[in-house]
Amino acid sequence: MANIITRRTILGASAAFAAGSAYAQSAIQTHQATAPRLPIESGATLRMLRPVRFVQPDEEVFRANCARFTQQTGVQVRVDFVGWEDITQQTAVTANTGAGPDVIIGFNEAPHIYVDKLVELTDIADYLGTKYGGWLALAQRYGKKHGTNNWIGLPFGASGGPLVWRKSALNQVGVQTPPDDLGQYLDLCRKLKAAGKPPGFALGNAVGDGNGFANWLIWSHGGYLVDEEGKVAINSPQAIEALTYLKDLYQTFVPGTIAWGDISNNRAYAAQECWLTANGVSLYFALKNDPATRPIADDTEHSLLPKGKLDTSPMAGLTLNAMVFKHSRYPNAAKALLAFLLETDQYDPWLQANLGYWAQPLEAYAASAVWNSDPKIRIFKDTMRSNFWIGYKGPISEASAAANADYIMVQMCASVASGQATPEQAVREAERRARRFFRR
Amino acid sequence: MSVTAAENWVRPAQQQGRLARTFDNKAFLIFICLLPALGLLSVFLTYPLGLGVWLAFTDTTIGRRGIFVGLENFEYLFEDPIFWGAVFYSVFYTAVATVGKFGLGLWLALLLNNHLPMKSLLRAIILLPWIVPTVLSAIAFWWIYDPQFSIISWVFIEAGLRDTNIDFINTAWPARWSLIAANIWRGIPFVAISLLAGLQTISPSLYEAAMLDGATPWQRFRYVTFPMLLPILAIVMTFSIIFTFTDFQLVYAITRGGPVNSTHLLATLAFQRGIPGGQLGEGAAIAVSMIPFLVFATLFSYFALARRKWQQGESND
Repeated sequence: MANIITRRTILGASAAFAAGSAYAQSAIQTHQATAPRLPIESGATLRMLRPVRFVQPDEEVFRANCARFTQQTGVQVRVDFVGWEDITQQTAVTANTGAGPDVIIGFNEAPHIYVDKLVELTDIADYLGTKYGGWLALAQRYGKKHGTNNWIGLPFGASGGPLVWRKSALNQVGVQTPPDDLGQYLDLCRKLKAAGKPPGFALGNAVGDGNGFANWLIWSHGGYLVDEEGKVAINSPQAIEALTYLKDLYQTFVPGTIAWGDISNNRAYAAQECWLTANGVSLYFALKNDPATRPIADDTEHSLLPKGKLDTSPMAGLTLNAMVFKHSRYPNAAKALLAFLLETDQYDPWLQANLGYWAQPLEAYAASAVWNSDPKIRIFKDTMRSNFWIGYKGPISEASAAANADYIMVQMCASVASGQATPEQAVREAERRARRFFRR
Repeated sequence: MSVTAAENWVRPAQQQGRLARTFDNKAFLIFICLLPALGLLSVFLTYPLGLGVWLAFTDTTIGRRGIFVGLENFEYLFEDPIFWGAVFYSVFYTAVATVGKFGLGLWLALLLNNHLPMKSLLRAIILLPWIVPTVLSAIAFWWIYDPQFSIISWVFIEAGLRDTNIDFINTAWPARWSLIAANIWRGIPFVAISLLAGLQTISPSLYEAAMLDGATPWQRFRYVTFPMLLPILAIVMTFSIIFTFTDFQLVYAITRGGPVNSTHLLATLAFQRGIPGGQLGEGAAIAVSMIPFLVFATLFSYFALARRKWQQGESND
């Protein structure tokens, strides 16, 4: 592997792409680093699973990158794209049966659950980290085994859900950009509601949006579900304060948010029924690419979730996390492939193909041209700089993932918002449910 | 000479092979012929069911083989208000939806039993809600009940009858009733068509005799139609209760058990805990806890409605 990548080689690589799609040139800075020696096993072939694409070019570029790996090393690579709902279960089956794909790009916590079934990736992670200016905070959190410097996963990118808002609506109530202060933020929401342009955040069983909002609410008040040791700590004054705040905030929401799924806020925003929400970049692109909603896209801005009582905006991105299984007969080939895919020639075009849906795990790719393609998506560039993850502040584990999937935080919030429970009752119920998951 | 020889000639007894003799054995033949069915049943029915019951007594999660924990899952569920909420709603949902389906279905069947123009076309149309795949009708209802884009809300607002959207699924009780309404809509055709088939087997001479005796329409229904329908009613009700109690698709597609777990049925809760939540053992325990309810419902409708002595030619007690 080349240690120094010149502009010329990038140009050459980009030109070689299938479908003739040309990608803008990025000035990715690299540092001197020695690639680990990974003698590829003779006759190696690889099978890989990864989640399906957001956008078509994602798949095209990814396949082209793998094809290039085959060209250079002779290792056949078969990539299967799996539905998002299925990848967790397929990972479980692969890990438990010790058969199937050599490499899986899963989500978030997967490597932490199957850690004893995985090949350690510290050598290539160190190499890539040195070469590309270091791994970002979220990548380190999801990549390393808890409390160690041993890499068990190799993050490929993350997708965040910041605030999405209508400039005209905020300006109408005399606000330029959503404030970080919780009191001012509540005030903004009240003004929007009074102006007939209410905000709306999912409080229903929505895995992405619901958890995103509930986590923000608790975290921004200084609360968390579990502490550093993984002990349930939701029954705290901070969480109760957050839920009390929610009672006021919920009054400003567009009606129906307790029934909202992941898609509902996108629809309400596109129909101009909701003027401030939180979502991934997909909402903006859906609006931008449809001539009928183009004016809404032009009026749309993104900003980080309010910091509240913290120094940084609390947002945990959905992270792509690659792992190599011990049952693979060709672990070196698998590691070489992952490292290859994260090198500039492959990774930068892939990042650009994704238009900002995924944000880079390595510092150097912040210079990628994708972040200059549209100023409105630039904010997603820093998704992986976040110090918050799903299951904050505890170790990433099966329990933290299950608590997330079982909507403990979301339902705690929704029960207070709907008036079914007081904040005190809600945190106790969440504590009871969380203890069950975190008992081991 | 030749005669003697013929008398002495014995047809050489063909020595039957062990295999042939075995196959002549009736018991063995029955066993062999049943084997494919037994194999299919045990692979596709007994094994999954047995595995499900076994999982209910373990702490298996997705990703980790569990160990036997005895009744621990059930002990936890016993103290879990969400589980009891699901038990309550499953029973409530089944009871109300069954009453609704049978009331409206019987009424529809009686209407269709009359001579109407274009009778067969009407009957075909009636079946539509049943024919449409449940997930599709569930998605249609999801839109109908949407907090922002409900067509019913839209009609009311356009007609000037309301100012705000109707709350169908945003709070607990409206959500519960909305789901029951969707289930009734979907279940009516099955009941109506089955009962219609039952109605058509009732001999017209019974009605003629009743009319000669001066029976009123209500009396004819009460003393002729209803008793004659009871056997089929029992079967249809048994099936209907089982389908309703184990319903999954409508609830999962429309509310996913929300708002705040108020519309979880045992089936949806079992799925939520077992698959997305990853707690396979606990999910299996919830599924297993449905069995007593189903057995009870089946026995009830079977014994209460079906085993009437007059059906076997005796008089009622």
